[in-house]
Amino acid sequence: MTRAGLIRLALILGALALLEWACRYGFVSREAVIPPTVMLQGAWRALALEETRGEILWTLQNVALSLVLSLIVGSAAGLLLHKATRLRRALDPLLASYYAVPTFVFYPLFIVLFGLNRWPLIAIGFLFAVVAVIINTLDGLARIPRAFVRTAAVMRLTPAQYAVHIILPAAAPWLFTGAKFAVAYSFIGVIAGEFVVSGAGMGHAIAFAYNSFDNRMMYGLIVLLFAIVGSINMLFWSFERRLYARAGR
Amino acid sequence: MTEHLRVEGVTRVYPPVERHAAVHALGPIDLALKQGEFFSVVGPSGCGKSTLLDVVAGLARPTAGTIHFEGKPVAGEVPDGVGVVFQEDASFPWLTVYDNAAFALRRAGVADAEVRERVASTLAFTGLASFAQAYPAQLSGGMRQRLCIARTLVMRPRMLLLDEPFGALDQQTRLLMGDELLKLWRETGATILLITHSLDEAALLSDRIGVMSARPGVFIDLVETGWARERDSRIVSQAAFGEVTGRLWSALRDQSIKALAMAS
Repeated sequence: MTRAGLIRLALILGALALLEWACRYGFVSREAVIPPTVMLQGAWRALALEETRGEILWTLQNVALSLVLSLIVGSAAGLLLHKATRLRRALDPLLASYYAVPTFVFYPLFIVLFGLNRWPLIAIGFLFAVVAVIINTLDGLARIPRAFVRTAAVMRLTPAQYAVHIILPAAAPWLFTGAKFAVAYSFIGVIAGEFVVSGAGMGHAIAFAYNSFDNRMMYGLIVLLFAIVGSINMLFWSFERRLYARAGR
Repeated sequence: MTEHLRVEGVTRVYPPVERHAAVHALGPIDLALKQGEFFSVVGPSGCGKSTLLDVVAGLARPTAGTIHFEGKPVAGEVPDGVGVVFQEDASFPWLTVYDNAAFALRRAGVADAEVRERVASTLAFTGLASFAQAYPAQLSGGMRQRLCIARTLVMRPRMLLLDEPFGALDQQTRLLMGDELLKLWRETGATILLITHSLDEAALLSDRIGVMSARPGVFIDLVETGWARERDSRIVSQAAFGEVTGRLWSALRDQSIKALAMAS
């Protein structure tokens, strides 16, 4: 492990130890926050229950579907807007102010459109994530150096070769940022949707535990959520670090 | 020597964009390059030197006129046998030096054994063999430009178009790179068209130099240097070198003043 990694680990463990101590010795009310070791027990209990495992799986499927859809639609829309410069200029202000719109207000509409199933939640996650993908795809395509485009013409690359061997690697840092945002926004959209309006999924299970004063289950599920999102982000981060180290970025 | 490139009556006019009027950037230009000739183009900023390179390379279409390379018209795409090196660093940062050099060969479907042989010999020739596994970010600016030249040379072009390839380098490195370019020119026998804003560079490297006017760029003088094919940067100390650069500047001075006035 690197020195920075050790410091990071020490900081996290130190913060957890501090919280454990504060909870155990009554500096923090145990009705509000439980010690991290008890949270871990709660997480283990949640994993042991078949019903909770089903909720977790349901949420992960919803997140995965909204993520895949936002990546496909966002990349295609980004490419289209990059080519259609007039359309892009017309839509730029809308894209820039998009996140001011509370997309949850569309949930009733999505229930009417898709019915009472997983798709309204996927639509919320998708709406949250897709614009981040579009914006970063546009950024990445706009930042491909002109010399690369001209070099591709000199090498007489086919459109497919140009896309795979020039566009993708040259725009990769921005496409990657878009994908990272899409993961985060898909989770936020789906979990928050489940929390507020759904009758299933991790968000709903957290809300249910909260309303039932089951702190152990609530914090256990939150710990599991942190572990899942943290693991995905760490995977992205290590892959991105390797990518940038090679390119000297 | 046989004729390699013929440019006849070429003009380039950029059409109006929104509130900006059309720009007559180039021409009419007439030019004939012999096989294996080293020809440079000098001119004031914005006179259309790079536009000339773009239309000769097939990267842009001329508004009027024709271009023939090896007797075939150049129309809308870069002809086979033409290599271009740009001023900007065009090395792909995600590939090693070796993979950068092999890039075009692999895309063209050349067999692996031949790719290995051609890349190895080109990297050795450009002095990059010991950096084959390095990434461009680990190289100096001069080495990255050499990599771009290597990536072009590996395709064995019969005509090399160079758009201010040493523009970002310091004077000493430019002189040394000039020596390498002369060596490359002699050994490959390629025809070279060099676009440069450096009168010294043009005088040192070229058999002939075309002097362009301020926009729209047309040739106002063609200077024959009279250098022997075997030459290097040591000719800068010869009296004839000063005479060539003096003639270039005499032709260019008024045009440069005009270009400055147009820009301000």
